[in-house]
Amino acid sequence: MTVYWRDMIRFFRFKTLLISSLLQPALWLAFFGIAMSSNFDRLMAGVPVPEGAYAVGYLTFMGAGIIAMTTLFTSLFSGIVILFDKNWGLMREILASPVNRNHIIVGIAMSGVTKSFIQAIIIMVFGILIGAAFFAGFTPVQVAFGVLGVLAFVAMFALGFLFLSAAIAISMESPEGLQGVMTLLTMPIFFASNALYPIDTFPEALRIISAYNPMTMLINGIRYFAIGPDFYALGKHYEFTQADILLSFLGLIIFSAIMFALAWWRFRRAVVT
Amino acid sequence: MEGPGPGNDGAIIRVENLEHSYGNFKAVDGISFTVKKGEIFSFLGPNGAGKSTAINILITLLSLQKGKATIAGYDVTTESQNVRESIGIVFQDITLDRDMTVWELLEFHGRLYDMPVKERRERIEELLKLVELEAKRDELSKRLSGGMKRRLEIARGLMTRPKVLFLDEPTIGLDPQTRMRMWEYIKGVNREGTTIFLTTHYMDEADQLSDRISIIDHGKIIIAGTPEELKNTLGRDLIYLDTDNNENATKLLEQMPSVREITTKGNRIVLMVHEDGTKVLPGIIDTLRKAGIGISTINLKKPSMDDVFVFYTGRELRDEGQAPARPMFLRAGK
Repeated sequence: MTVYWRDMIRFFRFKTLLISSLLQPALWLAFFGIAMSSNFDRLMAGVPVPEGAYAVGYLTFMGAGIIAMTTLFTSLFSGIVILFDKNWGLMREILASPVNRNHIIVGIAMSGVTKSFIQAIIIMVFGILIGAAFFAGFTPVQVAFGVLGVLAFVAMFALGFLFLSAAIAISMESPEGLQGVMTLLTMPIFFASNALYPIDTFPEALRIISAYNPMTMLINGIRYFAIGPDFYALGKHYEFTQADILLSFLGLIIFSAIMFALAWWRFRRAVVT
Repeated sequence: MEGPGPGNDGAIIRVENLEHSYGNFKAVDGISFTVKKGEIFSFLGPNGAGKSTAINILITLLSLQKGKATIAGYDVTTESQNVRESIGIVFQDITLDRDMTVWELLEFHGRLYDMPVKERRERIEELLKLVELEAKRDELSKRLSGGMKRRLEIARGLMTRPKVLFLDEPTIGLDPQTRMRMWEYIKGVNREGTTIFLTTHYMDEADQLSDRISIIDHGKIIIAGTPEELKNTLGRDLIYLDTDNNENATKLLEQMPSVREITTKGNRIVLMVHEDGTKVLPGIIDTLRKAGIGISTINLKKPSMDDVFVFYTGRELRDEGQAPARPMFLRAGK
């Protein structure tokens, strides 16, 4: 709780960081999203969608991907705080206190999830403002349910990467090194997923990797809750059953659990003096 | 006495045969000592002597490899949680979050130690007053001066009313005036009943503050005692001599009854004398003159911690903020 409180003070204190972290996904959506969707939607205009099916524009499609991307970046890079705390000796105050080390991990995780929530909500609101069809045609109850669903997925996914990030950060010495590792990680995770495009047309090997990518699981969840269980995008039919979504969520839970174990193990061994 | 708490002899810290190695390097090599309740106890030693390693073991940041240590009756290995609750720490380098305010930093610390809200808030006010930072309550810590940061850290260390306050090099990098004020704060805290464990490599700091000092070097305690006891081991006065024939001079002076011990440091002879040095001096000068040995400089002073340190460690330490050797004509008692 205490660690969470402190992290939140810091999150809101750095006004520039706060604003940029909120603005960045919005800009992605605004520039990349609108640019790409104007192209894709023109290309797709000729592709027939079956009678009575629900088709969504590219902006809506990739909006889900942007939420996921933002969550990924925020979570992974949150480890840097731990590294700075460690290198500047701030960590010692906490490690020498009676606070259980697991609480440190939990505190960091909770503040990370909070940040991701704020970002996800902002992207959804902004997306709707510039024309993404999130929650289109939903009743208020469905919207509320949809938002909760999206946030549940975001939370589980963010936890996994926060733990991973914390585990790496506590084991590393230099912020530059950490930055390098994180950048290396984000690349495949982001692009080998269905964030920006369908994965069905990928070569077999890449397709399998993508299917087991937590990012893909997250995006499936977001699309299910924000767009609906059955829609067409980029000329492809998307259909999620409840079992699919449950399976994706289960996958994220397992992923987060493994990452928690990893972080727990690294923190127990951490000697910071 | 039943259960935890200081033992019958009033010891609040008890360390037996503590050893700690990093790989093949023995940083702490079998030290034993006790700290009595209510005293200011210091570890005096050069950088790298093992002071910080020892302190890190006591505050449970480093795991104990060999030996036994208890604080307030709690074992640092098996009851580390209780130890953590009983102590306050001021680390060697500043460990304040630059982007939090004075008040937030204290509040954060109180929360870390699970203090109830009311007690926490009251304690913050008390401490801000004690360290005279009331006006800075909402200032970000990065905007505080070095001395203020230190004071804030001391306040933080005292938040939980610890039984023992650990201060690792509390005045490192501070200007002489600020150091003096820090000493006053530390003494004040001690007067209120907190036992203080201090490490320092400043001779004058150890001398001024401590009730008892252990000189530590190469991971071992070389000598321990009150500042007076330590200085008295070197006799009453020290005479530094520089002659044109040190070898012969040493031989001659060794035979003088008032000379207790004689050593050479560089090209100087150091005499420890039992009597008032000013009365011994004429005899020394006479003896040397008769033997035809020329004296180029002669200096007499009371033994300082500096001399004690150099004598026992064989190391000359020239650190900033150290009191210069007092010339004989200023030798009025302190």
